[in-house]
Amino acid sequence: MKVVLEHLTKRFPNRNRKGDDVIAVNDFNFEIPDGKLIGLLGPSGCGKSTALNLICGLEKPSDGRIFFGDKDVTNLPPESRGVGMVFQNYALYPHLTVRQNILFPLQNLKGEDKLSKEEMEKRALEAAELVMLGELMERRPRELSGGQQQRVAIARALVKTPGILLMDEPLSNLDARLRLQTREEIRRIQLRTGITTIFVTHDQEEAMSISDEIIVMKDGVVHQIGAPQSVYDDPTDRFVAEFLGTPAINIFDGEIKGGNVLLGGDVIGHAAGVPGGEAVIGIRPEGFKIAEDGPMHCDLGRVEVMGRDTSIVFTHTSAQGKQLRAIVDATTVPATLRESAGAGSEGKVSFTVNPFKMYFFDKTTGERILPKGENR
Amino acid sequence: MEEKEIELIEKKNKRKTTVRNTLLYILLTVWALVVLFPFYWMVLTSFKSYSSYNNEYIPKFYATDPTFANYGSAFTAVPLAKYFANTLLFTFATTALMLVVIILAAFAFARLKFKGKGIAFTILLSLMMIPNELVIITNYVTITSLGLRNTFTGLILPSVTSVFYIYLLKENFEMIPDELYKAAKVDGTSDLKYLLKVMVPISKPTIITITILKVIECWNSYVWPRLITDNKAYFLVSNGIQEIRESGFGRENIPAMMAAVVVISLPLIILFLVFRKKIMEGVSRGGTKG
Amino acid sequence: MKKDLKAWLFLIPAIAFLGVFMIYPLFDVLIYSFEQGFNFVSQSFAGYGFYNYRFVLSDPYFLQALKNTFILVIITVPVSTGLSLLISLGLTSIPKLKELYQTIYFLPYVTNTLAVGLVFMILFKKTAYSDGLINLMINAFGGSSVDFMDGPYWAKMMVTCIYTIWIVLPFKILILTSALSSVNPDYYKAARVDGTSRARIFWRITVPMISPMIFYLVITGFIGAFKAYSDEVALFGVDLNTAGMNTIVGYIYDMLYGNSGGYPSFASAAALILFVIVFAITCINLIVRKKLVYEG
Repeated sequence: MKVVLEHLTKRFPNRNRKGDDVIAVNDFNFEIPDGKLIGLLGPSGCGKSTALNLICGLEKPSDGRIFFGDKDVTNLPPESRGVGMVFQNYALYPHLTVRQNILFPLQNLKGEDKLSKEEMEKRALEAAELVMLGELMERRPRELSGGQQQRVAIARALVKTPGILLMDEPLSNLDARLRLQTREEIRRIQLRTGITTIFVTHDQEEAMSISDEIIVMKDGVVHQIGAPQSVYDDPTDRFVAEFLGTPAINIFDGEIKGGNVLLGGDVIGHAAGVPGGEAVIGIRPEGFKIAEDGPMHCDLGRVEVMGRDTSIVFTHTSAQGKQLRAIVDATTVPATLRESAGAGSEGKVSFTVNPFKMYFFDKTTGERILPKGENR
Repeated sequence: MEEKEIELIEKKNKRKTTVRNTLLYILLTVWALVVLFPFYWMVLTSFKSYSSYNNEYIPKFYATDPTFANYGSAFTAVPLAKYFANTLLFTFATTALMLVVIILAAFAFARLKFKGKGIAFTILLSLMMIPNELVIITNYVTITSLGLRNTFTGLILPSVTSVFYIYLLKENFEMIPDELYKAAKVDGTSDLKYLLKVMVPISKPTIITITILKVIECWNSYVWPRLITDNKAYFLVSNGIQEIRESGFGRENIPAMMAAVVVISLPLIILFLVFRKKIMEGVSRGGTKG
Repeated sequence: MKKDLKAWLFLIPAIAFLGVFMIYPLFDVLIYSFEQGFNFVSQSFAGYGFYNYRFVLSDPYFLQALKNTFILVIITVPVSTGLSLLISLGLTSIPKLKELYQTIYFLPYVTNTLAVGLVFMILFKKTAYSDGLINLMINAFGGSSVDFMDGPYWAKMMVTCIYTIWIVLPFKILILTSALSSVNPDYYKAARVDGTSRARIFWRITVPMISPMIFYLVITGFIGAFKAYSDEVALFGVDLNTAGMNTIVGYIYDMLYGNSGGYPSFASAAALILFVIVFAITCINLIVRKKLVYEG
């Protein structure tokens, strides 16, 4: 089922009465296509959980409307919306077994929706098998590992065959290895059931790796929506560029003059058609290439060997951050560089910059500056 | 679902919550009144004059002619001030002595390693299950045969230990990291100095909680003082109030009685309002009543 | 060893006090209870046996006290636990003024039982001057006055129960409110998303989650109610036997001291009977608890 948000806004009254309202969700306007997995991504406290609560009905919007398919559900209570929700800490009832937990939502059904005992058991077993938990039906949640608990939560959310599945930071309570496994598992279940899924996370890598589309938001405002790769390659503003990618993008104060990109007097690249003036310049770590005669002269910090790649930490006078980082193919690193890195602060390194990994942003608004005539 | 139907659900939900909340507030307020009413009545009655109180067949909810006279007779007709002073002394001495005893014991159990610690602690824990009623008989006989009836020593001694507070404090002491103790040992700090300079200050919140709970307990203690004192010069407020009730002001002078009740209730209520958070926290952590 | 010695030094005050006033009395009370014909003045007795227990168990005053105590327990424990659960539920679901209500509800805990008992007494008491406020209220609703303090047994018992509940509620409300607010709100959210009815949320989620605390309150409530005494003194005065409102603990003290006192052996036997009753009830409670309570 597709989800459409129209001017969706949620304001919370400020704690101390004099302050302005806190706008947790500001004018959300987008459509989530049927059967897709969507990652709602943003730093903590940006309003993404509020957005999720609005969609599932736990909170009432201050403004705007929500549609599931063609149906306006804005004022419906959560139970009438047909959503399944997985909570950050799973919210499994500790005193009930896995079976009882999964049965719980079915037992709430009343009137014509009411199911027979056998039907309930059958559905619960189906849901458990979908998440590969058929063996553990009689266990209590605390007898399960974190990953298993997570899957019980998913089974419980899916057992009512909801039209939409919502997940609030579903992986944040798992350790690193389980997180990788579980996110693949979520993707597998989502693809198998074809259910429209929205999941909230602050981990950009997590969001990018399994989502069909990601929605990047900050302070209640949606900054960009798109397929993970295109959002990464073509960020709409400085926040999105900085938020996506590890290691983070390197940020410089520079200038654009006559189609050239200037960094502290050096011309490090060309920017045909980009309007001139001072600008913030962002360069992805993988956008650097070591070249003895490269235009970008930097002070070498240290060289970190990572196997296939090498990470070079360096500084530059125009940089906004203290430390900059480049990821380069290990074979391109000259032996002399590694030696001089150990020798203290005397080392120098020069780079050429890949123009497709370089972005220009407005100094004050953070908006992306694009070449004239180019539109995204 | 139709637009109208949705609207209907919305309206119904809204109305339901408003009705529910209103009802809730009404019920909670009713209970608040039930709780507060006796306090109101006691203050009100204490300001009514003896004659006007007895003339009101239907008691008035306000004092027609408020008077402080009852407070005067509460202090003059019965030695209320003496009861007060006794209780203060009793409360202060008992609490202070108890703190010394339990801090030392809790320290030994929490920090020191010694032979027999396990069994000593087990005995301590099992003592928590012993009801006061079981031991009070012998204590009464002991104190009587020591000739300590109608003395403060006799009043205070059996009340200075509390197994539960030793336990509570020990748990608290144990949360202080070992490293601090080791560091102090390296610096050559003695155990006693470490206890006083490090552990006690760190555990101050718990010690304050215990102190407040003990003060409340002492202020309200009735059974033991009743057994051990029959001389009015050693009465505590609870016994005093009972005495006032039994033979009191010569006649049934209820307004004066209420004045006395107000006077002895006030200190604890003030203490409560000042340390509200601490008291409620402390009680929910380990206080019981009865 | 020196180290051991030092540790015991820290323990000496506690051991001394506990030894004299708790451990020794424990054995002593047992011996007392079997000493027949103990004379307090000469400190002598006739021999050992079960006479004290036989006497106490056939003493009409004790049987009255036993009956009173049991009625008190059976009424006040369930009513106060249920009422405090309702009030706590109300408290946790209101958006505003929660702290104010909490503070008010806690007030009876910090008041002197004896003192406030007097207020209850004058509210219920029928005197020559006035029938008392409660009776006037009953009259206003068309009932006729009842002499609560000197009248029929049920009336006296009712006042006692009301006062006891008034006194014990603050503690229970406090414990349950903090138990309720420590339940993770996600459970309720999850239940709402699944369309769980209020009643079902209450019985299937709230109650199991706070069941350990409910049981703690039931156990301490039983123990406390079995030891009832000063509330009755507050209402009816020291001479509880005459009022017919004595309790087991009251009986113990009366045997020990006061007009009918001077019989520590009878008091000891009664105290041990009380201890056995409380112990048995606690054991039953613990067994039931194992079956009913979810252990987190």
